Formats: sequence, structure tokens, C-alpha cells
Amino acid sequence: MRRNGLLVMNSVIVLACLLGLWQAVISLNHIKPYILPGPLAVARAVHDRFPSLMSSLMITTEEAAGGLAASIVVGVAVALIFAQFQWVRKLVYPYTILLQTVPILAIAPLIINWIGAGILAVTMVTFIICLAPIIANTTQGLVSVDENFVHLFLMYKATPAQVLLKLRLPNALPNLFTGVRISAGISVIGALTGELFAGSPQVGRGGLGYAITYANNQMETAYMFALVFAATMLGFGFFFIVMFLEWLALHNWHESKRPQTAE
Amino acid sequence: MVTRKSVPEIALEGVGKRFRDGAVALDGISLNVERGEFVTFLGPSGCGKSTLLKLVSGLSPASVGTVEVNGITPKNAREMMSFIFQDATLLPWRTVEENVGLEMELEHAAREVRQERVAKMLEVVGLGHVANRYPRQLSGGMKMRASIARALVTRPRILLMDEPFAALDEMTRDRMNEELLRLYGEQKWTVLFVTHSVAEAVFLSTRIVILAAHPGRVAHEMEVELPWPRTAETRETPAFDAQVAQASRLLRGVYQA
Repeated sequence: MRRNGLLVMNSVIVLACLLGLWQAVISLNHIKPYILPGPLAVARAVHDRFPSLMSSLMITTEEAAGGLAASIVVGVAVALIFAQFQWVRKLVYPYTILLQTVPILAIAPLIINWIGAGILAVTMVTFIICLAPIIANTTQGLVSVDENFVHLFLMYKATPAQVLLKLRLPNALPNLFTGVRISAGISVIGALTGELFAGSPQVGRGGLGYAITYANNQMETAYMFALVFAATMLGFGFFFIVMFLEWLALHNWHESKRPQTAE
Repeated sequence: MVTRKSVPEIALEGVGKRFRDGAVALDGISLNVERGEFVTFLGPSGCGKSTLLKLVSGLSPASVGTVEVNGITPKNAREMMSFIFQDATLLPWRTVEENVGLEMELEHAAREVRQERVAKMLEVVGLGHVANRYPRQLSGGMKMRASIARALVTRPRILLMDEPFAALDEMTRDRMNEELLRLYGEQKWTVLFVTHSVAEAVFLSTRIVILAAHPGRVAHEMEVELPWPRTAETRETPAFDAQVAQASRLLRGVYQA
């Protein structure tokens, strides 16, 4: 515990030094705030524009979380089908790799074309880029069960449903979380990318990506920094939540979560 | 019509196993095992020892010949058999208790019955104090005990054991052997056991079947002439040494061939 405390304190000191240095360079060289704002200017922008910053953050959170949640539901469902029906997997699995290689920048305008600009379109873009890692990792976990476990369940005359629920699904849990961790990170990118193309037609009602474009056009560089910072924090928050859920689900039994304690 | 009494516990008749790649794992195996026998298979790698257990358990079908357990097909006889694998094969996300109770859980046995029988069985194998631990928190020996408890909790008539103690150190293995025989004395299962250790085979078995490889076939059979009950002291007797020497001699012949 003491070690951790010390580590946190040191990190805070490093951060303070960096911010101080940044501010000093700006102030001493009289750099214009629309070229590069100092930390104080960014802080002021956060303070002054707090309601609109928060509103943008909420919209992006909604889109990223919505897309991610949908990708988990659909991804796990697809993986379950892949695990149960090998012929479906052989037939369709290659296309999920294609899904992974679709450049999101290219497909975002298409989707907006189809369903119109707005939160739904952005959620859709997020969903698409989040889907492949969930499918790939969960399928991997569902099908890579130790043969002896399968034999054990055969000896027990387990039904296919029991094999799925009591063997394959728990076996896939670590893989599922790996997929969710990857997708959580890219969900924010997906939402921002979507918003760059189609945040919202109404001023002040768009997410972070839209606000970044808008602030850029208005040369509000300090506010742009604030928005970038908010987007970073959002990604970090997602990652942290997923890590926490993963720890909750796996720390009791999974090898990666705690050193072995044989006696 | 054969009478009930004449049906052997396990009967293999002209059994052969050919894998999909054409390799012949077993050829012309005919073997009867009577109720209460402890039969151990010894032989070089590739002699099909493990395959033989898979055939008897019905996990893998015979290519030719018939396998019968108590007069019925292995698949239908699964209820009376328990399989113990080389590694403990405990589900890592389940506690010891939940692992041992798995089969009864899948069969929808009443919770109270299940918990009572699991608790009792864990006491028998000396794991009562770690019932709520997860497998990775256990030593190798404890994991194997849990695996044995899981196999025994459903009160099987037949135990199929595929090198169950191979991963354990020698002292632990010896102790596990002694405990296994103590339970065997009480519960009188029929056991098919696979090992690479001649001393282990002699100590445990009523009969040793020595297999030759390529293709796997029965080369020798040997009744183990050691008094019951067998304990740690049994290993220090001249009779034990003599039996080990005899089995080793037979086995050597198979390896040279």
C-alpha cells in the first residue's frame, strides 16, 4: 500500500512539472493561444464552457456505450452460433475478418447516407468497428476447450445445452473480456470518427467529435484541447470499467489475475 | 442364453482400433475383466493403453470387435463408470466442492443430497478444509485427490484411470496409491489402470496386462501374487521385489521386440 501511495505521489509530481513547463514555454515565448494554448487557458475553457463540454461528452458516451453494448450482445450471439454449428463457422467466419479490415473512415459516410446523420448513425459506426474483436475472441474461447473436459461432460451424459452453459461459456469468459477490452478502446474512436462526419445538424447538440470540428473552425484551440482531453478521459473510463468488471468476474479463478498459492 | 452370473464386468472380444490416418492403435485385443479386479496396463508409448480406456468408456468406438461393459455397450454403461484423467481436469472456474458436485448437478440431483455427499467424499480424500478453494490454489496432489473425489462421489462400479499419478512426485504418488487401495478395499470397484511405473502396477493390481506396440496387442498377462491388504510396508517385502522383477522382465521383452 505504501509503495502504491508513493508511486501515485511521484506520478502527480511528474504531471505538475510537465504542466508547469508547458505553461512556462507558452508564457515566456508569447505563443498565441489559438496556436498552442497553455494549461491555464485550457482550464479556463473547461470552466467557461463546462455545460456544453458535458453535453458533448454525454452524447459521445451514449453513442460509444450503445455501440459497444450492441456489439457485445450481437458478437456473443454470433460466436455462440459459430460454436454450435461448425459449418456456419466455416462458411461465415472469413467475412468477420473482412469486417475487421473495413476502414471505418470509408464506411462512416456510407452509413450516414443510409440512415441519416445523428446519434443512431454514430452508434451504428461504433457498433461495426466494435463487433469483430468480440466475435473473434469469444468464438476462440468457446471452441478451444480442453478435450478432456469435453470427454468428462460426455461421461456425465451432459446435454448440448449443459456443455454450452457450464463448459464452453465459462471457458470463453476470459476471451470475451479480452475482446471487450479491445472494443471498449476503439468504441470511443468509432464514435468520434462517426461524429466527425455526422455529429449532429444542430449546433451545440453534437458529441465530442462534432464539437472538435466546430471548435477547430472557430479557432477555439483551448476548447479543442479540453474536448480532446474529455475524449481521452472517456476512453480511459471505459477501459477502467471493463478492467474492473473483468477483475470481478475472473479474479477468483483465472491464472492471470493472481499468483498461484499452492501449499 | 447366458446367465447373469457369467457376464464379465468388462469384456473385449477381438477389438481393434484404427485411426483415421490409418495408424493401427490396437489389434486383436481379447480380454475379460471380472468384477472387483484391479487390472493395470503396462507397455511402451504407442501401445494403445490410453486408447483401450477410451474404448471401454465409449469415448471412442472400436473399429472392429466388441466391447461390453456388464453385458451392454460402453455408452449405455457410462452411469456405472468414472474416468480419471492424467491431469486432474478440474474446471478452473469452479471451487473444489463445485467440481466434485458437477455430475450430480448436471443430473439435477437435490441440492441437499449433493452437498452432503460431496462434503462426505471430500472428508474421505482429506480435502474437507479446502472445499471452497479454486483448483489453482491447490497443489498437484490435492488436485488429484479432488479429481478422485469427483470420480467416486457418484459411487461408480468401475474406475478407468489413465496415468492419474504420473505428474506427482514419488512420495506423493506412493501415498496416493496407498489411499487408493484403502478405498478399493472398502468400495470394491473394478479398476482399469494405466501407468508407466512397474512398481506402481505391482503395488496396486490383482493382474497386470503388458501390451506391445505397433500395433498395440496383449503380450503378457501376470497375476500379482501379493497378499491383501497392501500397505506401505508391502513395498519393503522380498515378494514385492520379486514381482517387480518379474514384471520388469516381461516388459523388457516387449521393449526389445
